[in-house]
Amino acid sequence: MSTETSQPILALREATTVFGHGPRATVANSRVSVEIPESPPTLINVVGESGSGKTTAARTLLGLQKPTSGRALWRGRDIYTLSDSERTQFRHEVQAVFQDPYGIFNPFYKVNRVFDIVVKRFKLASSKAEKQRLIEESLEAVSLRPPDVLGRYPHQLSGGERQRIMLARAYMLKPKVIVADEAISMLDVAVRAVIMNILLDFKEQLGISTLFITHDLSAAHYLGGNIMVMRQGRVVEKGTVDDVLTNPQNTYTKLLLESIPSPDPDSRWKTSASDLEVLEEQAGVSQV
Amino acid sequence: MTLQEIGASLAGSQGEADTPAKQHLMQIRDLDIHFRSDDGGLARVVDGATLTVGRNEIVGIAGESGSGKTTLVEAILQIVRFPNRETHGQVLFSTRAGKQVDLMQASDREMQRLRLDEISYIPQGSMNSLNPVVRVGDQIVDGMVAHGTNARQAKRRVTELLDRVGLEPKVARLYPHELSGGMKQRVIIAIAISMEPSLIIADEPTTALDVNVQRRIIEMLARLRDEMKVSIVMVSHDMAVHAQLVDRVAIMYAGQIIETGAVRPIVRTPMHPYTFGLMAAIPSIDKPRTRLDGIRGSTPSPRNWPAGCRFHNRCPNAMPICTSVPPLLAPVTPGVRQTVSGEIEVHSGREVACHLYEESTPDDARVGEGAR
Repeated sequence: MSTETSQPILALREATTVFGHGPRATVANSRVSVEIPESPPTLINVVGESGSGKTTAARTLLGLQKPTSGRALWRGRDIYTLSDSERTQFRHEVQAVFQDPYGIFNPFYKVNRVFDIVVKRFKLASSKAEKQRLIEESLEAVSLRPPDVLGRYPHQLSGGERQRIMLARAYMLKPKVIVADEAISMLDVAVRAVIMNILLDFKEQLGISTLFITHDLSAAHYLGGNIMVMRQGRVVEKGTVDDVLTNPQNTYTKLLLESIPSPDPDSRWKTSASDLEVLEEQAGVSQV
Repeated sequence: MTLQEIGASLAGSQGEADTPAKQHLMQIRDLDIHFRSDDGGLARVVDGATLTVGRNEIVGIAGESGSGKTTLVEAILQIVRFPNRETHGQVLFSTRAGKQVDLMQASDREMQRLRLDEISYIPQGSMNSLNPVVRVGDQIVDGMVAHGTNARQAKRRVTELLDRVGLEPKVARLYPHELSGGMKQRVIIAIAISMEPSLIIADEPTTALDVNVQRRIIEMLARLRDEMKVSIVMVSHDMAVHAQLVDRVAIMYAGQIIETGAVRPIVRTPMHPYTFGLMAAIPSIDKPRTRLDGIRGSTPSPRNWPAGCRFHNRCPNAMPICTSVPPLLAPVTPGVRQTVSGEIEVHSGREVACHLYEESTPDDARVGEGAR
């Protein structure tokens, strides 16, 4: 497989997803295309407001939401027609981290179960000792001390710790891609940096690509790599983070950039309120 | 002028930090809010909070989840009557009639009048609490009528209130589901200002909004402060929101206010190691892309705060004293410090709860000093 350097590990080709039908149909994704290369490992940020179709695109890539038209591909094969063995391989290579670190755990089981299931399902260890070693290594990779979290119930852990457990679980599988859907938006600022650093380390040290979905342009700037701006189900701008954030071409991207509050009180918004109105009008943003 | 000279000239003006009491709209004094559980445990959710809000001033309350921000503002309004709640301390509020009322002692009737009339509250996520089957105009009228406004007069005011928050008169006839998130938040703010209160308490009013809408709401709150001469207490976990809107900010950690003062020096030269860590963890498109540190460890539980300084087990500057002696929030001598970018900045009215800033601590041990 290493010979096929040109083939992306995961891709959407003109994927369109429509919910409902007739005049009341909602077009959640309209001809969305994106490619996540296997090498070099790449960070792809997907930004946009709520309702812009970011999550639908992520769900399509994860094999959870079959597109109405267009294709979702894993190693060139349609994700929705995989054989059982291919599907297992796909599940091994593509991991997800979701927004809500509280809803993802079953409250009746200790967090160890998250790891136990993965080890069993993907036959990652042949002995108890090996399994234990693997779990501890994975926790250390996300800067958690195994005795702090193992044997505990989800409610005993903070949001940041739970999100790191999901990343440790992903680490165990050494996936090719992590799809992180608003993985930091429910966390405190001090913890967000920790999670983003883990994703950067995964990319640099383990060669894992990440599709990072966020509404926060500052986070996208911090992570770097590529960016795709979505609005009303369409991709309105694509490029490297540095290009798009310093020289945005699309009016909507400009509007987003002009709206970010700076943590420095001396750095106020550069555009005046009236210029912003012009920008809003050009971008087709109605009364807000 | 050298740093020392500026410092010396400031020493004389130290008294200015104490504004005369009549300028204060609200003074929170040594407020504790504890919850006792059935097993006898005590959760000290807010501990010894002291904060003043001046007239026509915007005061921010910042801190991570679980730090006690919301519990503190809910206690001001006496709206949580949780079983086994224990409160101590005072919240002195100057009413329109010129009386000073301790909200902790006020009768239910008095509180009911004060709410909306003089103090209005915008709880977190309240834009989703509009009644789905009532037109928004009627929901604005409801509050005014409950507070003694004649129904016809209240109806006439709706257009004016909507205009104040940047909405067209026709919005009054719409139902909540016909409005965008930003419009719903504007309606909530229209209700909050309907009785022309002297204080608005807003809990994360911009958090669930898209960034362009958030900017609009922040700008509107700043405009309302100028137009209506209202004071605002702004609760937000987002330091950028504070930097853009508030005059003074109080940073909460583990139920205590650990640093307070004018927002500009706090975000530019944070003194408490927690504030320092918090500011250092914020990504910004204005900053070069260097690794951010975050703060190690996680928030402790209110049932079992660490002894001494509650931040000591996560603090990169911890000293032996920090593990046993709780530091008190104390004024920092007005003085000058160098900012990260090398500018010289004046500090007054700044309070920090940290052993690093007590007289006996050598200067070079302080936050950021060694690192810079």
